[in-house]
Amino acid sequence: MDTYALLLAATLNAGTVLAIAGLGLLINERSGIVNLGAEGMMLVAAIAGFATAVQTGSDWLAFGAGALAGALMAGAFGVLVIWLNTNQYATGLALSLFGSGFSAFVGINYTQEHLAARPHFAIPLLGDIPFIGPALFRQHPMVYITIAFMAALTWFLYRSRAGLVLRAVGESPESAHALGYPVRLIRLMAVMAGGALCGVAGAYISVVYTPLWVEGMVAGKGWIALALTTFATWRPSRVLLGAYLFGGVTMLQFHLQGEGVAISSQLLTMLPYLATIAVLVLISRNPVWIRTNMPASLGKPFFPGS
Amino acid sequence: MTTSTRRSVLRTTAWSTLAVAAALAGCSKKEEAAPDASASAPAASAAVAAAPSASAPLKIAFAYLGPVGDGGWTFAHDNGRKALEKELGSQVQTTFVESVPESADAERVFRDMVAQGNTLIFGTSFGYMEPMLKVAADNKGVHFEHATGYKTADNMRVYDNRTYEGAYMAGVVAGGMTKTNTIGVVGSIPIPEVIRNIDSYTLGAQSVNPKIKVKVVWVNEWFNPPKETEGAQSLIDGGADVLLQNTDSSAVLQTAEKNGKYAFGWDSDMTAYGPKAHLASSVNIWGPYYIKAAKDAINGTWTTGHTWWGVKEGAIDLVSISDKVPADLKAKVDKVKAGLKDGSFSIWKGPILSNDGKEVLKKDVVADDGFLGGIKFFVKGVEGKVPGDK
Repeated sequence: MDTYALLLAATLNAGTVLAIAGLGLLINERSGIVNLGAEGMMLVAAIAGFATAVQTGSDWLAFGAGALAGALMAGAFGVLVIWLNTNQYATGLALSLFGSGFSAFVGINYTQEHLAARPHFAIPLLGDIPFIGPALFRQHPMVYITIAFMAALTWFLYRSRAGLVLRAVGESPESAHALGYPVRLIRLMAVMAGGALCGVAGAYISVVYTPLWVEGMVAGKGWIALALTTFATWRPSRVLLGAYLFGGVTMLQFHLQGEGVAISSQLLTMLPYLATIAVLVLISRNPVWIRTNMPASLGKPFFPGS
Repeated sequence: MTTSTRRSVLRTTAWSTLAVAAALAGCSKKEEAAPDASASAPAASAAVAAAPSASAPLKIAFAYLGPVGDGGWTFAHDNGRKALEKELGSQVQTTFVESVPESADAERVFRDMVAQGNTLIFGTSFGYMEPMLKVAADNKGVHFEHATGYKTADNMRVYDNRTYEGAYMAGVVAGGMTKTNTIGVVGSIPIPEVIRNIDSYTLGAQSVNPKIKVKVVWVNEWFNPPKETEGAQSLIDGGADVLLQNTDSSAVLQTAEKNGKYAFGWDSDMTAYGPKAHLASSVNIWGPYYIKAAKDAINGTWTTGHTWWGVKEGAIDLVSISDKVPADLKAKVDKVKAGLKDGSFSIWKGPILSNDGKEVLKKDVVADDGFLGGIKFFVKGVEGKVPGDK
């Protein structure tokens, strides 16, 4: 029984990384910009966060540094694709490759560093309930913040005026422009917000999840987060659920192995991507579904006045 | 409208595929020049000039699997390279390429190394075997050295360390330190080398504690810290309290540290990564072999073959044993180490049972290297099956 509680706890922890990055990418994709640079931004943020944690000893400053690093990289990307109208996919790829190289370069002196012992977290009283306590209430605060953030983002997108404008920019930048909204500025802000959240996710990996720095340590989580936004058909709540699902698959695979169950772990590793392709096929087959789910201008450049 | 959107979806998918491919192909390259010949002591210059290698140093290249900063497998190889440079000085000039994938890219890297005039090339991972064999066939004048493999050619030979001896000694410590009688291993890829290490770890633990159970998870990669973390976490959640890893980073040790459990360093001394969790480190010392190989090439005595060094040759050691390990347990490790050194002790000596109950080694029979090289079974006490084993 306890094992399952711990499995659940590990799933929440694994899903949180994907959820933070996925929600960030959702924001910029809702504004019509695809940023394939997630992996690179997360790597740079991971070393920025780790270095900050080593120097200051504060996890929260580390998350801040990660967010800043992610936002700066996304800002550079934003200027390129929004004002100079470079191809979003190619630029995003370049950002990703740049990020993995750059993080390895600046991180070279931090590979031998290590952080002080990580504190344990537990919510008083709730953490002591049998089964539910160890499963749900002994997590890093970021796990709960992520859930709260998902709710806040849902409210923002669907209930606030600013969220409506953001979605309008993603659906039809021409209309938003005609109404007098600064489309490019809004897109830049969305892209930077996305970068900042990817940055927090990157810092969470290097400071909390695997408290160390080594080159390439994000190891594909950025790509999974990108797949996740599509899998979730651009809805915040589904991003969170999808993140737990993908995180759960990873943990379950190890859990089953530990129990001696013969299951191909390679097969389970493919599942998130297979699921994403299945969702893409499903929504792409139906014109109504694709219109109701996917931001209509996603990936397309916008030329004001054209 | 619809068609264009659909097309953009396709385009997104295509670009993403490209992106993943590009990310996998990325590998970085660094060069390090040997100390300049003119920097050597002026008084000795005449003697140096007389040596045949003084004018043209032997160019040696290393292909590494991970980054030099992995703190484990590749870090140990790079220490070996540095020891080689220190020992032979201006006689050699070494370069390395890190993060070389175990794919067709490796062949490109090896061909590149040959083109740059290297005449002794080390490939430090199992997966480089086929690419190296291909390049070796085309470049008869170049000596190739492949770590941990089994195929050779006239100009390609194999070297390895008996890492299982380190695993066995770690097992002795683990067997004495576990409170749950359950210990765990985070495995990388189910090849004989790794399976042999898991088995030896188990045999070591059972030598001091017959009730030991061993749980194994596979991450199917040599180097992926988050996955190693997840694997280690699931072992701890499943009740294992002393972990060993046959992967290349320090993530497992750090996960044990975070959870208040014990673990070992692997390939390199990892004390610093988890001072409380760290019980000992099983280290690879590649320097002596690299020096020997370079001398063979310089002196023209290089011949093909297999080299498998262990504790006896100073290539494997269990170091930095924690103060938490009681003195009598330490003494047991020392006894094993001494026995391996003088040849009086064999780890793989029958009777040994596999975990499906078969007797794989009869009483008093000592396994030869052929047997050890083909181990594809778990010994009794390990839970589960070797992946791919029907």
